[in-house]
Formats: sequence, C-alpha cells, structure tokens
Amino acid sequence: MTQAEERAATAAVATGEQPLIKCLVWDLDNTLWGGTLLEDENVEVTEAVRQVIIELDARGILQSVSSRNDHDHAWARLEALGLAEYFVLPRIGWGRKSDAVRAIADELNFATKTMAFVDDLPSERAEVAHHLPDVRCYTAEQVLELLGLPEFTPAVVTVDARRRREMYQAGFRRKAEREEWQGPDEDFLRTLDLVMRIGRAREEELVRVEELTLRTSQMNASGVHYPVDTLRSLLSTERDEVLVVSLTDRFGPHGPIGVMLIEKFALVWHVKLLATSCRVVSFGVGAVLLRWLTDSAARAGVHLIADFVRTDRNRMMEVAYRFAGFGDHDCACRSALPAADGVQRLHLTPARQEPPSTMRVLAPELRVRGSVEATWATS
Amino acid sequence: MTEPASAELTVETIEEKLQKFLESRTKQTWDPDADLFKLGVVSSLFAMELVVFVESTFGVFVEGPDLVLDNFRTVRSMSALVMRLRPGDPGA
Ligand SMILES: [Zn+2]
Repeated sequence: MTQAEERAATAAVATGEQPLIKCLVWDLDNTLWGGTLLEDENVEVTEAVRQVIIELDARGILQSVSSRNDHDHAWARLEALGLAEYFVLPRIGWGRKSDAVRAIADELNFATKTMAFVDDLPSERAEVAHHLPDVRCYTAEQVLELLGLPEFTPAVVTVDARRRREMYQAGFRRKAEREEWQGPDEDFLRTLDLVMRIGRAREEELVRVEELTLRTSQMNASGVHYPVDTLRSLLSTERDEVLVVSLTDRFGPHGPIGVMLIEKFALVWHVKLLATSCRVVSFGVGAVLLRWLTDSAARAGVHLIADFVRTDRNRMMEVAYRFAGFGDHDCACRSALPAADGVQRLHLTPARQEPPSTMRVLAPELRVRGSVEATWATS
Repeated sequence: MTEPASAELTVETIEEKLQKFLESRTKQTWDPDADLFKLGVVSSLFAMELVVFVESTFGVFVEGPDLVLDNFRTVRSMSALVMRLRPGDPGA
C-alpha cells in the first residue's frame, strides 16, 4: 500500500465506511500452517503467524476457521499446536466457504461487513467475495501485515476486549446447556451461580460505559448518548453516581452488561439513564437492578424518578419500569428536578425489597459516599 | 354476518390461550389464580413477552396506568384486563 492508500483506508475506517473487523475466518492449509494436513500430519505454524493470532485475540478480534479437512483431524492438530483455544465456531468440512463464513457471522450476530476471510487460494476468496461481497478477503501473503491494517486496529482496546473471546466461548457453552434444560427457566438460572456486581465506575471503564449507552437500544430507557468526557465529569461530583453492572456465572464472565446514571437530590434520586445489554436480558438483569435500586432508595428514605424516552425499540424498558411499580403519579418530589422536554418521568415511592433468588448481588451502599461493595441481603 | 373475532372472546377462551402460552414458555402448568411473579424476579424479557402476547392475541393495547404488574399477575387478572380493554366493549 502507498502512503496515500493507507491514509485513505484509515479515513474509511474512521468514517465507518470500512468498519473494524470483528471476526477473522482462517483457512488452514497453506494459510495458517505451512503445507497440507492430508499430506503432512505434522504441519507447522511459524512463530510470526502465531504472534498474529495471539495479538488479534488480545485486540478483541474473534477468530474462526473455515477449512476443507476432516474436522476431528484438523482440530486435533490445532490443539497439538496450542492454538485451538483461540478459535470460536470452527467450520471444518467440505461445504462452501461462503456458507461457513455466513453461518459464523449469523451465530455471532455480526454483520458480514465486519467479517474478514483469509485463504491462500484465489478460487476460495472469489467464491466468498461473490456470495458475500461485504466480507473483506485477504491472501496468505497478507497474514503478516494484518496487525498493521487500520481495520484490524481498534482505536482503544477496552478492558474487556482481551476477554471477549473467552466470554463468547462461555456464552456458547451456556446456550447449549440452556437449550437442553427441561425445566422452567428460572430453575436453570439458579443452576448458573449468577453473581451481579454493581460498582462505581472507574476511569478505565468509561469507554465501555459510553459504548453501553450507545449500543443497548432495546434496554435503554432514555436513548441519551453520554460521551466519555461527560461521564468523567460525573465521577468527581458528590451528587452523581455512575454505576457499572457486570455479571458472572459458572461458565465465566459476561463482562460489563449495564450502566446506570443517578443524580442524588435530598428527597429524590433521579435515574437519568439505565441501559442493559440485550445479551443478558433473559437473565432478569434489568428487573433485578430496578429491585435493588428500589431497596436502596427505601433504605435512604428517598423517592425515585426515572427518565424514559420512548423509541421504537425500547418498550421492554418501559414494561420493566412499570412492572417495578414506576408510574405517572404526581408527587411533590418532581419539582426538585429541572424540567426536560420530551422526557417521561416515571415516579416510584419505594418500599423495601427482598433480594432475588436467582442471583447474588454485590453493590455499594448508595447513600454512603465511597462505600465498598457488599452482598445485598435482607436486614 | 360474521362477528369480529373479539366478540367471540370469553373469559374461558382467553384463559385457555393464556395458559397454553404460559405452559409453553415456562414448562409448567398454571392455575388461573396462581401468582406468576411469586417465585422471584421475572425477567424484563418474560414481562415483555407476556405483554406482547396479550396485545397481539387479543387485539388490545396496554399502556399507561394499565401497564402494571398487578394486571399480569395471574391468568385471571389478565383475562379481566382483556375483557375490559377489548375493542367494542361498551365500558371501554
Ligand atoms: Zn416522590
């Protein structure tokens, strides 16, 4: 690439025409390893290629495999090479590679324009490009250049990017078990040993918080985007709380999955934003959060007012609020808040709540500045 | 003359449909008076599914003061809500 081409590519990535790659699908024979497995049992991976795989993984880019080979044979070789753990949803078999790439994208819920494919054979690249014109294709010679390309270089590597692949792998195991489960969902949740941690945001978590305010359209109560700078300014005030919610279970971490912004007035706490990730909505995360908040407010002796702005996608959030008891009723505490156009303000006079039976909740005492996290329990 | 579908709705047919839905969704059977929310916290997803099922199956729209947990707590409270909100109801 010339310097001008490189600048153009960077600009294209920056403007979103060429979005960052979220998953790279590897061919194996003569691409990932040298030679053909059918001809040589002991195909080897060069140290340089291994470093590419490890670094892409650290950047939070998922990697998968599409290879014409016997599945067990090829997977065993990847295991022997110590690389199998880096690949999710491998498609090793004899079908079309475009079908494999599409199936991997579907399963990950990624748009094909965020998928990449690397293969030494021009015919395979042409087949994928023909059926999936959005997928970016690379030659085997380009493997060692990938780390320098803008589409493989996120501007910021977030805290959880390094654990993204692990989270997806945990997610696949969890999903498989859930599909096999015969009893009621709630009983399944109890088998997961769910722990929800609500914590005051730290500086290094703000990028992820901003991301959550942008991307959680179904479970975002006000649809407001909070840039990192605004969030940072809230960290230092007495009155504002920026809370990050994360979830783990026996399969592993889900990472940060929710955010809540609260401004605390003397008689009322104003919930300016509540957003949770769609990935965990079936775990009852939103409902548990609202229940914990209600209990915290009851203990602090304050009312709650939550901002809600209807979009065509967030009705689930309204249902969550209203089922938690929030409503349109009048209350003197409403006058404590500055007026806001186009925002519905749902009000609740809170009462003490029992902790949920489906998960353990670790949270700070909101009315106490700087309080440490403790298990939410009845007392 | 054909009657609109909603005119054929009776408490019995509504409750039967609700029970079928709940059974498929929760893998257990529900008496009309059993409290769906008693066992713990119900996910927002399930709450949403319940609201959407009631609205789309019975042609009603539930919002504002009607969109409260008590109206969805039991099969019976949901059938009462539908009877009250269904189109053409003289009391609506
Ligand atoms: Zn009030």
